[in-house]
Amino acid sequence: MEPRIVLAVSAVLFALGVVGVLLRRGAISILMCVELMLNAANLVFIAYARHYQEAEGQVYVFFVMTLAAAEAAVGLAIVLALFRLRETTDVDEINLLKW
Amino acid sequence: MTALTLAAYVVLAVLALVSAVVVVWHRNPVVAALALAFNLVSIAGFYLVMDAQFLALLQVIVYAGAIMVLILFVIMLLNLRQELRGRDSGLLQRVLGPLLALTLGLLFVRVLWRSVTSGFAPPTPEFGTVASVGRELFGTFFYPFEAISLLLVAAMVGAVLLAKRRL
Repeated sequence: MEPRIVLAVSAVLFALGVVGVLLRRGAISILMCVELMLNAANLVFIAYARHYQEAEGQVYVFFVMTLAAAEAAVGLAIVLALFRLRETTDVDEINLLKW
Repeated sequence: MTALTLAAYVVLAVLALVSAVVVVWHRNPVVAALALAFNLVSIAGFYLVMDAQFLALLQVIVYAGAIMVLILFVIMLLNLRQELRGRDSGLLQRVLGPLLALTLGLLFVRVLWRSVTSGFAPPTPEFGTVASVGRELFGTFFYPFEAISLLLVAAMVGAVLLAKRRL
């Protein structure tokens, strides 16, 4: 029963993250929803690691966390640079590769 | 499985789902960020009840600590009045987006639901400890570990380069 609860929760969390990425227009909100999806994936890793009693799954979660930290740093730096140029973080306004 | 563990799982599930809904639908980015921090901590709770103590600690320190502070910092640094007012996305997007996500979510639930048939077996005594994770990390995963440290340095340099006005 417990593994199913955890797996279902992570599936729903991932779907919620997808909804957020598709619906929200602010770049920072989209970044936060991406974090939500990464965490849903991590939760599945941990659940299966517990189910099969393997430490390997936990190491993958460690790597995903590092990756998320790098992603957040670079993503937020890009948002900052964009805001300085365009005074907005609305992704519909930022639709040119070069300006 | 005792009723107490089941209750812990259910409470954590409710907390995680409610905070995730707030993250996705709240207009104020600061409230959404705080809800995300709450969500990350409840996921750390999941890690704890699934005997991944080391990862639960990392989750609180790295995610709820460092990454969330970074996000909150940038939100407060920028003047996000327009985002607060919130221009809505197009009608097509508002209808199709949730529909596609719902399909995806149902697909995941269906596949994942069938993948396990039994509850969790009692863990081995050293499962999830720093020692066992560390042995994997510096044994089997030594080269990926070094590679990811390089990636972190690259991300740090890139972030400074992008955010700095003039070098």
